[in-house]
Amino acid sequence: MTTATTTTGDRPAPADGEPVLEVRDLSVTFTTEGGTVSAVDGVDLTLGRGEIVGVVGESGCGKSVTAMSLAGLLPRSAEVTGSVELLGRQLRGAPPAQLRAVRGNEIAYIFQEPMSSLNPVLTVGRQVSEVLQVHERMSRARARERAVELLRLVGIPSPERRVRQYPHELSGGMRQRVMIAMAVACDPTVLVADEPTTALDVTVQAGILDVLRGLRDRLGTSILVITHDLGVIADVADRVVVMYAGRVVERAGVEELFVHPRHHYAAGLLSASPTPGRYAAADDRLQEIPGLVPTLAEQPDACTFADRCPAATDRCRSAAPPLAELDPGSGHEVACWHPRGSTPTTDHPAGEEDA
Amino acid sequence: MSTDTATDAGAADPGAPVLELEDLVMHFGPVRAVDGVSLSIAPGRVTALVGESGSGKSTVGRCVVRLLSPTSGTVRLGGTDVTGLGRRAMRPHRREVSIVFQDPAGSLDPRMLVGDVVAEPLRLQGRGGGRAERERRVAEQLERVGLDRSVAQRYPHELSGGQRQRVSLARALVSEPRLLVADEPTSALDVSVQASVLNLLADLQRDIGFACLFITHDLSAVEYLADDIAVLYLGQVVETGTREEVFARPRHPYTQALLAAAPVADPVRQRERTRVLLGDDLPSAIDPPSGCRFHTRCPLAVDRCATEEPVLRTVGGGGSVACHLVDDDGSGPDVRDATPGATPDATTDPDHDDRPGSPA
Ligand SMILES: Nc1ncnc2c1ncn2[C@@H]1O[C@H](COP(=O)(O)OP(=O)(O)OP(=O)(O)O)[C@@H](O)[C@H]1O
Ligand SMILES: Nc1ncnc2c1ncn2[C@@H]1O[C@H](COP(=O)(O)OP(=O)(O)OP(=O)(O)O)[C@@H](O)[C@H]1O
Ligand code: SF4
Ligand SMILES: [Mg+2]
Ligand SMILES: [Mg+2]
Repeated sequence: MTTATTTTGDRPAPADGEPVLEVRDLSVTFTTEGGTVSAVDGVDLTLGRGEIVGVVGESGCGKSVTAMSLAGLLPRSAEVTGSVELLGRQLRGAPPAQLRAVRGNEIAYIFQEPMSSLNPVLTVGRQVSEVLQVHERMSRARARERAVELLRLVGIPSPERRVRQYPHELSGGMRQRVMIAMAVACDPTVLVADEPTTALDVTVQAGILDVLRGLRDRLGTSILVITHDLGVIADVADRVVVMYAGRVVERAGVEELFVHPRHHYAAGLLSASPTPGRYAAADDRLQEIPGLVPTLAEQPDACTFADRCPAATDRCRSAAPPLAELDPGSGHEVACWHPRGSTPTTDHPAGEEDA
Repeated sequence: MSTDTATDAGAADPGAPVLELEDLVMHFGPVRAVDGVSLSIAPGRVTALVGESGSGKSTVGRCVVRLLSPTSGTVRLGGTDVTGLGRRAMRPHRREVSIVFQDPAGSLDPRMLVGDVVAEPLRLQGRGGGRAERERRVAEQLERVGLDRSVAQRYPHELSGGQRQRVSLARALVSEPRLLVADEPTSALDVSVQASVLNLLADLQRDIGFACLFITHDLSAVEYLADDIAVLYLGQVVETGTREEVFARPRHPYTQALLAAAPVADPVRQRERTRVLLGDDLPSAIDPPSGCRFHTRCPLAVDRCATEEPVLRTVGGGGSVACHLVDDDGSGPDVRDATPGATPDATTDPDHDDRPGSPA
């Protein structure tokens, strides 16, 4: 069902799976009092029509900065380079007015803390209808009706009653559902969900993830889910992008990544999570990743994970490995000189091609 | 053990449970945060207290360490009733129990050097000998939690989140407590750092042998670390049991839903699982639902659940549960067998005696 009633007229409808969003070589640096901070360094990312892509990585690795740079949400102190194409249109460097239109209609965001994004003095019904009145130019009465439908779509019980309530009268889970309703009000092409369930309980989280899946299934929305929770990734993502210290270190289909992580960081992340059926006996320990996440500026010409990596060699400390497919056509890409599961002689093929 | 030994302070009976809560009630004005919780932890055992946000977990923990004075009920530490003890009378018992909080940044005084932070409990308890002796114990404690002793000369903000949480642990353990209350000790940390704190907690617990009330909503951490589990719902315990029992055969519909909702970091298994959606969020603790407090969200609720309050009772197969549909032998229905997406009213079936057995 694609009832794409968008205002930006010449939007070609891509075939299933065709990329709607393509990010290439995206880099972001911030100018701060303490000097220049590199937050994102050469990130590549694609999002297909109706696809859910998960971005995972530790705190500070650049997930949110990547997400916010897509539709120009970063502060002035940020310098963004690279390319962000939405349905073939370049957004990087686009004029503010155009980006504002994109944010209202084509790329929608939901964030971790729903309370701070909702207006405390307006009823939730009013807030959802206002989005529709402004962006879809609906009449007040029609917008009101549609608001009830949207709240029902995101699984809010008795929406007719809820539209008259204020944000503080709702629980965290309900507020997050309201945020999602507002985000999808204009039927966006891309929904960016930055830690949408991090502040919520598992029982509530399961419901929110269900709503996201439902949007994709029913409206064909493409969704970028940002999280540090591998359980969330395992639940909703079709493909996964693993970030480490501002760079993409691995990209793969979700099952492939969980079964055959090739990057040592991705593997470490997977085994650091307690898994069901596991008990802290004397001989069983969760795998720790020793050391701290580096700041990017420290290692421009090295693999950023080298200091913590069990397989690091001199080569890792002197050149940054490019992101490339190990087996051509597999769609599984890794940025590592010595990926897991390879013999030393079949090390990273891209090393010779690209370097 | 019903003899009250409240008078001979300090001398803990080594065989007695380290912690016993009896009908603990903590109300904040109209908010019935904790409403009749009974719980007991044997020496050296790790008991996990799990439940949704707002279910009263932290409030229980704060009552145990006497940061809060309960509205009613009894808190016994090592067999001694400490509920009504004043500051002074409480002092000999303070060293029996320590607490670690969720937010490592907020719980450490930013103006104090790490060394002084860790030594503080000793100082407050008037223990630890002279300055040199205290410094020695602080250094020993820091090394025990995997930090270099030079960290003592730093301020909390000069450490990473994981390092700060280690400092909290060092401070909590410096007085060699018999009970550690760990309130969401890893929730604020990154995955790989979480692992190191969980490992550390498991190691220390094994080596030192303190008992632990492990407060968390992270079920995978519970499975990794806990011996026993108590499930809290709206201020009341709805199920208890050993870790094996509860994970293998959860009996309360809420526990079943909780286990079904916790995501598993395995895409194949995660997607094959039966989803149980509880619909609305946790009801208000100001005006909890009548009868079984879970009945407004329970996919299996029957008429009786709305009117009659189920009591927490011991059932066959070990553990205890508060649900009308669970038989005395511990058998009962499983919400994961109910039709996916079923609404509570659709399953309000008077014919509930015809229930399916629990799956193998
Ligand atoms: N406005 C800013 N000025 C300077 N540095 C910034 C700014 N915003 C973000 N950063 C830095 O950029 C890096 C990436 O931050 P980002 O918020 O993208 O991390 P994240 O992966 O989303 O982490 P988390 O999981 O904690 O949300 C961090 O080192 C952060 O300190
Ligand atoms: N000092 C207080 N005054 C009033 N209400 C309080 C106070 N402390 C807690 N509450 C209320 O008591 C209930 C239980 O809170 P508590 O913090 O114990 O929950 P919790 O299970 O620890 O939740 P979380 O997982 O979010 O930490 C909540 O409804 C909370 O709002
Ligand atoms: S079946 Fe009844 S008693 Fe049991 S949890 Fe549901 S509502 Fe409560
Ligand atoms: Mg972020
Ligand atoms: Mg709490």
